[in-house]
Amino acid sequence: MTGRRLRVDPIACAAHGICAELLPELIDLDEWGYPLLSTHAVPRRLTAEAERAVAGCPTLALHLERTAAR
Amino acid sequence: MTRPYPSPADTDPAPAGVARLLSASLERPADLAAHLAWFGPLPSVEQGSPTLTEVVDRSGLRGRGGAGFPTGRKLAAVAAAADSAGCRPVVVANGCEGEPVSSKDHLLLEVAPHLVLDGAAAVATALGADEVVFCMHRGDPTIPWLRAATAERTAERITPRLVEVPPRYVASEESALVNFIDNGVGRPTTKPPRPYERGVHGRPTLIANVETLAHLALIARFGAEWFRAMGTADSPGTALVTVGGAVHYPGVLEVELGAPLGALLDLAGGLAEPAQALLVGGIGGGWLPIDRAVGVRLDHADLRAAGASLGVASVLAMPATACGVTETARIASYLAGESARQCGPCMFGLPAVAADLWALIYAVGDLPGVMQRLNRRLGLLPGRGACGHPDGFTRFVRGALDTFGDDFRDHCHGRPCRWAGQSWLPVPTAGDPTPAGWR
Repeated sequence: MTGRRLRVDPIACAAHGICAELLPELIDLDEWGYPLLSTHAVPRRLTAEAERAVAGCPTLALHLERTAAR
Repeated sequence: MTRPYPSPADTDPAPAGVARLLSASLERPADLAAHLAWFGPLPSVEQGSPTLTEVVDRSGLRGRGGAGFPTGRKLAAVAAAADSAGCRPVVVANGCEGEPVSSKDHLLLEVAPHLVLDGAAAVATALGADEVVFCMHRGDPTIPWLRAATAERTAERITPRLVEVPPRYVASEESALVNFIDNGVGRPTTKPPRPYERGVHGRPTLIANVETLAHLALIARFGAEWFRAMGTADSPGTALVTVGGAVHYPGVLEVELGAPLGALLDLAGGLAEPAQALLVGGIGGGWLPIDRAVGVRLDHADLRAAGASLGVASVLAMPATACGVTETARIASYLAGESARQCGPCMFGLPAVAADLWALIYAVGDLPGVMQRLNRRLGLLPGRGACGHPDGFTRFVRGALDTFGDDFRDHCHGRPCRWAGQSWLPVPTAGDPTPAGWR
């Protein structure tokens, strides 16, 4: 079984914070405005929102990765 | 067909004592003839030969640049990646003494540069590499030694290329080396890909510390069993350790891995004054209270169990007349200043934690609140950078909170020790924070 997980490229990320607006269920911001991602697999019901957050990142720093569930 | 490597008949008398890398006489000039007379010739390695990788794997050699990754596994990973990519790998010898409290790589390159060059040549041949790069800090005083040694080796298949890297703390991290060699920017890059899969010129790249390569040159000569005859099962062999601080004779020693830290202090002439703690594994390493530390063995597993790590092997004795909170804040400020300022949590989080530590020292604001904030911030850093810098920083500060727990409590309650705010360890000044500082 595979899941999809969020990953941020920490160098590309410039703390726009749009991801946390689009996907508050899974993304929080730290005190400096950088995203804190849920480490769990993205639940199926949030797939569309997660894809929107990925597409909405102005620096293309957010990724949805397919990971083999362990 | 695999056979024992090297065949026993080829084996020259191997150094029998604890001094292996440093066994050649220091009086003798480190020229090629003296090197060959002392260690014997490097047994020929067949191109693309799996046997060297197997021998290194059996020897249990672990990298000496800080991470302690098994060298045999690294060799095999590069070989496999090159195989599947269908191209020749690149070998990078890392001689950047990026750790401010260590001087082992300097000593090694001065005393036995040909061992390092042997090691680099052996892995290059075994992996079928067609390029060898030596990375040194720009302006490093040992560069002339290395150049002279390289020039003597006229029969070498590949002449190593020397690349001078900005002398920064994280510029010798493996992805930063690749970035500098390829793009002239000594800052880490996002992983994956790791350099073993995609490194210099986009090709699989083996990056090894110079001490690792020197051990490998001896393993190629004298075999895995000889190597394992010293050290522990977890951490075999000997290691170059920089011992400093409150000892009579600070310097670099070659010791058997597994030696108790107390024995290392004795070898350095013993404590010159009462000590309260040891800083082990580099400037951003782990603090251990002296009473507990002396019995801990210099071994990856033992040090980890004690709450430190072997890192770049170094042991500094902190005298009783120094403030653990202040020393932690000074080092934290240095490490924060050495952030490559690419990843937000590192760029902002490290200075924020350092500022919290200074607030405790100068009693600024609501101190228990500062302490809480400090702990919360430490939880925000690990795993959030492109390299391990924020993780190492967090381990260092957390270790200090454990070891100097009473001191932190006293500072929190407005009762700092009498040495608070005074400097003990010579901490370097952090480099140029602008992008120009990484070129």
